[in-house]
Amino acid sequence: MGYVHIKKEKCIGCEQCVVVCPFEALFMKDGIVEVIPDKCKECRKCLPACPTEALYLERRERRGQRPEHGIDVTVDLPPELARYKGVWVMVEQQDGTPHSVSWELMGEGLKISQKLGVELSAVVLGENVDGIRREAFQYGAQNVYVIDDPVLKDYRTYPYTFAMTKLVNKHKPEILLMGATSLGRDLAGAVATSLKTGLTADCTKLDVDEAARVLLQTRPAFGGNIMATILCANHRPQMSTVRPRVMSRPYKDESRDGTPIVEQLGLAEEKIRTKFIEFIPDAVAHVVNLDDADIIVAGGRGVGCDEGFSVLKELAEVLGAELGASRAAVEAGWIDYEHQVGQTGKTVRPKIYFACGISGAIQHLVGMQNSDVIIAINNDPNAAIFSVATYGIVGDMHKIVPELIKQFKDKKNK
Amino acid sequence: MHSVVCIKQVPDTTEVRIDPKTNTLMREGVPSIVNPFDMHAVEAALKLRDEYGGKVTVITMGPPQAVEALRRVKTLGVDRTILLSDRAFAGSDTLATSYIITQAVKKIDSEDAVDLVLCGKQAIDGDTAQVGPGIATRLNMPLVTYVIDIDSVDTEKKTITLKRSVENGRTALCVEYPMLMTVLKELNEVRYASLPNMILATNFKAEVWNKDDIGAEMKNMGLDGSPTAVRKIFSPPVRECGEMIPHGIEQPDVAVHNLIEKLSHNKTI
Amino acid sequence: MSDNSYSNKYDVIIVGAGPAGVSAAITCAKAGLNVIMLERGEHPGSKNVMGGILYRHPTEQIIPEFYKEAPLERHITEERVWLLSKDSAVTMGYKSKRFDEEPHNCFSVFRSKFDKWFAQKAVDMGVTLICETLVEDVIMKNGKVVGIRTNRDYGDLYANVIVAADGANSLIAARAGLHPEVRSNTLALAVKEVYSLDREKIEDRFNIDSEGGVTIELLGDATQGLMGTAFIYTNKDSLSIGVGAFISQLMKQKISVYDLIESVKTHPMIKPLLKGGETKEYLAHLIPEGGYRAIPKYCIDGLLLVGDAAMLVNSLHREGSNLAMTSGRFAGEAIIQAHSDGDFTAKGLSTYKELMEHSFIVQDLKKYKNTEKFFEEHMQFFTLYPQIADDAAYEFFKVDGIPKKEKQKIIWKQITNKIPSWRLLLDIYNGWRVVK
Repeated sequence: MGYVHIKKEKCIGCEQCVVVCPFEALFMKDGIVEVIPDKCKECRKCLPACPTEALYLERRERRGQRPEHGIDVTVDLPPELARYKGVWVMVEQQDGTPHSVSWELMGEGLKISQKLGVELSAVVLGENVDGIRREAFQYGAQNVYVIDDPVLKDYRTYPYTFAMTKLVNKHKPEILLMGATSLGRDLAGAVATSLKTGLTADCTKLDVDEAARVLLQTRPAFGGNIMATILCANHRPQMSTVRPRVMSRPYKDESRDGTPIVEQLGLAEEKIRTKFIEFIPDAVAHVVNLDDADIIVAGGRGVGCDEGFSVLKELAEVLGAELGASRAAVEAGWIDYEHQVGQTGKTVRPKIYFACGISGAIQHLVGMQNSDVIIAINNDPNAAIFSVATYGIVGDMHKIVPELIKQFKDKKNK
Repeated sequence: MHSVVCIKQVPDTTEVRIDPKTNTLMREGVPSIVNPFDMHAVEAALKLRDEYGGKVTVITMGPPQAVEALRRVKTLGVDRTILLSDRAFAGSDTLATSYIITQAVKKIDSEDAVDLVLCGKQAIDGDTAQVGPGIATRLNMPLVTYVIDIDSVDTEKKTITLKRSVENGRTALCVEYPMLMTVLKELNEVRYASLPNMILATNFKAEVWNKDDIGAEMKNMGLDGSPTAVRKIFSPPVRECGEMIPHGIEQPDVAVHNLIEKLSHNKTI
Repeated sequence: MSDNSYSNKYDVIIVGAGPAGVSAAITCAKAGLNVIMLERGEHPGSKNVMGGILYRHPTEQIIPEFYKEAPLERHITEERVWLLSKDSAVTMGYKSKRFDEEPHNCFSVFRSKFDKWFAQKAVDMGVTLICETLVEDVIMKNGKVVGIRTNRDYGDLYANVIVAADGANSLIAARAGLHPEVRSNTLALAVKEVYSLDREKIEDRFNIDSEGGVTIELLGDATQGLMGTAFIYTNKDSLSIGVGAFISQLMKQKISVYDLIESVKTHPMIKPLLKGGETKEYLAHLIPEGGYRAIPKYCIDGLLLVGDAAMLVNSLHREGSNLAMTSGRFAGEAIIQAHSDGDFTAKGLSTYKELMEHSFIVQDLKKYKNTEKFFEEHMQFFTLYPQIADDAAYEFFKVDGIPKKEKQKIIWKQITNKIPSWRLLLDIYNGWRVVK
């Protein structure tokens, strides 16, 4: 009698297989699954449960017939949930200013709604939000749900959760998207729990299985070391928060407008146990603005020293660019944390990203690989950064960067 | 003031490496640590105890080895430690996890009224930041995430004044407790354990609660209670291969010239 | 001890959870003594680099048949010595089927794994282990060591005997006034890299099977003419590459150990062994290499020094862990004796001294006591002679139609061009005398 085998290097310790094994043949040891051969009956229940294909039975049918993208989408949706239709985007605002991630989500939401053949709707919560309501139409919303109430003036979890839950329960969307911001992640967690549905946080890619009407939500995990695709097949709405700046902002059609669907909040201020005192803006206005920079000149370990960054700074000045850095450079103390790009820093999406002396650790790549053009300069031809680069130059950045400064200057003067 | 702190044992993601040959996660030999944000939640609770008296209870959910996480916080001088461990918990997503922890907090509360529940901002292995909001919602407690300052506690009115970090500043709030907060590293500095506490922690016994102890129902936990499921894990995608511009080593000026030509040609610049 | 009781008084305090400290701890714990062991690192082994070679005999004296469960890499079946010049190696070695049979002579290990395992054995026997805690001072009373002071709050502990197993440059020894100022020519700085490489490649390149392993000691050009050695040990799927040299010489020649390890790795004889691998870990460490003359007083009232703290390293035979474990065990035995006598003065603990004096440890160190000094004064052993050996071997093996007898003449002439023959003979004689 054989038994299931484990590829330890593939096991991520998610315990999915342990749970499904009817014979208690699998157990966790040091974060990795192990098998008790005597107990295993080769029932194969664990094989599809494993997201990383770490389990296999020897010789027989090792190479399965799973679809190429590796995801079996099977849905067993209760009839009352099957009636949920439409894609919603929560439009986040603070004092009447919308967060740009909301518009990025409108673009993504539109694609998904078209694939599913349903409407794209925006949700606007706040006080005096008429301007935002209009903008939502301009960015492509077919419906805009509005709750305009003084209680919603400043963000607090409870009244916003109350409002959003009320709208969802009444209008029943199948997908609800929010920005992965301090507001969106706070609200989404609370809303998903009160709706008892699934939520996938901080997604960097969304897709949809049209037949099953299931959202394929992809996000980095383990500190950005791997990507995971997560499904919420049997609950509605399917909720995601999406990281700002990984998706592009759609075209804004100034001529569009529409009539919103207005609902009442129905929650008195006295019922709320959190009182807003004040908003204290950061003392120093953001000197470093990687978010909106068209060009970023970034340096990594290869820069070598503080002075190395002053040369990069010169290049940035010539190009009107912002200065970025990898974690290695920040940890070496050559440059402040505000400049850090990557998993633990900022996610950026400039038109041009110069990566100078950056090896391209995955932690860094997830923060900049959506840049339109990536130019990599590194003396190691095998550096991972070249795998994402639009243009790569193998060479000493201490020679190439000054040359870039010189030639860009010449070009400017012409 | 009775605080309950929820902590998680996580693999130290800074030590996680990718096997370059198989492109998979190398988990073997990666040390387990207490989620760093959670340490700051424990510290916040201890500070409140130092100032206002009371008690700090720490709970964690995980396999029997997660007792090591409790041992670590025991060295800081917490009063009570509880491990939630049951086969039935395995495979729980954030919704199911928040259910299990909520059941445990309810039980603790029934023995000794809870004023405050604290969590770290998020766990470094999952980065979801969902369990804290989930517990607050289930317990019907006010929730404040990303707490960066605890300014004052009014034990008469039972309110806490604190600041929450948002993208471009801070929001000051006054919250009635019992409430739940998730905290940032900037909130405090984790204390250095005293030697007596270190020694006491070497042979302490955590209480262990299973699903029956907390009255948890099977349908709400494990795979049954989890609406989301990870269906695929892969290495971050690489962009289609770009163009290498030659002569960078021996003729940097030529290489740079060619690069700028290409950028102008494509109207990038 | 119940959950809330805490005592700051123990029978024995051991400072440092390396092989020496753990050996002392286990020996004491077996006799039922109440032992606490303090470690500076995050866990035992985390602050450690050296070695990479573990000897069976001394380890079995502490834990019989340890090799059945301890985390070991490979058992060593072949020992090689390479005399390097710029682009060549004169090699010698010994390989034996006998080393391939259990019980093995020695093993390559990762100290970070082994020390952790070893310390856990002590904990299992009732030793209290406290990590991440630095012992900053000793507490003296009436000229006797009675306790230690850690860097933590309420951090004083008291015991009948303190064992300093805190490594080279022992702070405890210094605070107790035992170490004369450490001269930099008695300390070597060593760096080690763990270099990951496929199992099959290792087994092919080193001509070994899946369990066996090889050590290579590198002399000559590996240390750029400095007094010191370099080594390569095979692990399961990595190599340990290390190089060490005396701090005094590094300073004099203005060479960094980092340069040294680079030059080892890029040496034409070594580079092909490493091809396709990559550096996984990088560590640096101080080792006492002072030999017999550097050994301080290691037994005073209430305090014993063991392992590196007692400067116990036999630099010729890279046996630090061997000496460390044995001295730790001796210290443990002496403490047990002292306890039954109720006398913790130097006199009561003198069993330690006696055991040491009669063991291979002090006898070997005594035997080689002139080595350091001799080689220090005869640097040609590290500079000129490797070159001469290279030239001689090259001439000898080159086939060019010259008769063998003629060749010998040529070789001898080449040698005597570089160094007068009387000088060479004298060096050989003296060199033999110090290591014989």
